[in-house]
Amino acid sequence: MNKTAEYVIIGGGVIGCSIAYNLAKKGAKNIVLIEKKYLTSGATGRCGAGVRMQFGTETNCLLAKKSIEMFENLEEELGYQGSIEFKQGGYLLLAYTEKMVEQFHKNLGVQHKLGIPSSWVTPEEAKEIVPHLNIQGLLGATFCGKDGHCNPFKTTDAYAKAAERLGVEIMTYTEVIKLLARDGRITGVETDKGTIEAPVVVLCAGSYSRDLAATLGIDLPLTPERHQILVTEPVEMMQGPMVMSFYHGLYCQQVPHGSFVMGLGDPNEPKEYNYNGTWQFLHEMAAKVTFLLPPLANLRVVRQWAGLYDLTPDRQQILGSIPGFEGLHLAAGFSGHGFMIAPMTGKLMAEHILGEETSLPISMFDFSRFARGELYVEPSVV
Amino acid sequence: MCDDKNKDLTILCRCEDITLEEIREYINQGVTDLEQLKRLLRVGMGPCQGRTCTPLLVNEIAKATGRPVKDIPLTVFRQPTTAVKLGVLAGGINHE
Ligand SMILES: Cc1cc2nc3c(=O)[nH]c(=O)nc-3n(C[C@H](O)[C@H](O)[C@H](O)COP(=O)(O)OP(=O)(O)OC[C@H]3O[C@@H](n4cnc5c(N)ncnc54)[C@H](O)[C@@H]3O)c2cc1C
Repeated sequence: MNKTAEYVIIGGGVIGCSIAYNLAKKGAKNIVLIEKKYLTSGATGRCGAGVRMQFGTETNCLLAKKSIEMFENLEEELGYQGSIEFKQGGYLLLAYTEKMVEQFHKNLGVQHKLGIPSSWVTPEEAKEIVPHLNIQGLLGATFCGKDGHCNPFKTTDAYAKAAERLGVEIMTYTEVIKLLARDGRITGVETDKGTIEAPVVVLCAGSYSRDLAATLGIDLPLTPERHQILVTEPVEMMQGPMVMSFYHGLYCQQVPHGSFVMGLGDPNEPKEYNYNGTWQFLHEMAAKVTFLLPPLANLRVVRQWAGLYDLTPDRQQILGSIPGFEGLHLAAGFSGHGFMIAPMTGKLMAEHILGEETSLPISMFDFSRFARGELYVEPSVV
Repeated sequence: MCDDKNKDLTILCRCEDITLEEIREYINQGVTDLEQLKRLLRVGMGPCQGRTCTPLLVNEIAKATGRPVKDIPLTVFRQPTTAVKLGVLAGGINHE
């Protein structure tokens, strides 16, 4: 199968599909998206799929705010037959230390400047929002009712189907083995099914972007980090918001289907491509969540799995071109918050790839910031 | 769905209440990958994790694609093998 394309997109997660759709919508032709397994087989299909505007840096707040506005109309925009199951039940972020209280107030300052409807709530008010919340030790929280959750499979499917209708070719079960370049220009990709020549290649393969970039000698500062997660049996709706505690490293949300989805970060995770589940996680997750949300003790866990965060040194995505290789673009390093900003990221990347002025600045996310030592740290990530 | 008297509907995934007709609709659209059917329809995502529906689904896919049953890749079976209460798991940590 040797062939040519104008644009090759590597990775069939929500980011790749969103970029493919946005490029095609802008009139770009001859786009091929390559996915080594099935769509959503990477982080996207394994994520908690929480969507929030409550960030600590202005750009992430804006990316998320615009994305949430887009999620609100996504089914229509993409002409999707099904539902992407978008639920805006809010996010309740819990503060347990003075330092967190201080950081949250700083974050609120940033958020309010941008018109994000978040607010500080006392422990008692938090309990009104989530009546089964144990407020022992809680100093307060921030809440934003516009935050929420969305089905990651359906969202990606919606983007993929809309992209296909606009002429994008999606090749699943096809693995990119290496990137091809000549004289400082990208020339295509070699896959396990043959070569595809293309003047533009967009790398959005999650943590694996690092290995692919390495085939051209490019050193991407991406480290895979396992994050574990579980789902319970579905029950009657009883919890509106996502409850998130940076102190406990956990998040817990009841999805529209009725199941609770919850996960836990472990700072001691080895940085490797391992996504097996462990019993230790089940115990630790259960202990922490039943302390925070006691009635959940009665819920049965039906499944547990894990996925990889693609972490960067400042826990911020890398967006834009890769210097030295004309035609090569990167959207990776989402450090655990890539799903919620996918709608806007896809749009910005399409604008950038087509050489247009981007609707929001993306230069702070450029690859060269690490070499310059200008890290752009996001304080609000689990 | 089951009260639709004009149609002879068959429940294939009992946990998630998915009918054979819904599954055939997806297969007819070209979704013949068990992984994708699971994610788009929730078949096999319920408490039984596909113990009942997976063999039936595999047969449907084999029939539609003409591939032998043994060549249809299965989805990953995830722990715990039976549904366990969070409270029980939480208790476990203190007794270890
Ligand atoms: C447990 C967990 C919980 C999370 N919770 C949230 C949350 O609540 N909210 C949020 O916004 N984000 C969350 N995230 C992060 C989010 O999942 C990711 O940031 C987002 O899905 C990234 O999408 P992506 O398209 O960049 O990557 P991916 O979905 O990983 O897609 C990359 C794709 O590239 C493919 N690929 C890799 N190598 C190759 C190759 N050589 N050739 C072809 N294809 C290849 C992979 O198979 C994969 O499908 C979570 C992540 C995890 C793991």
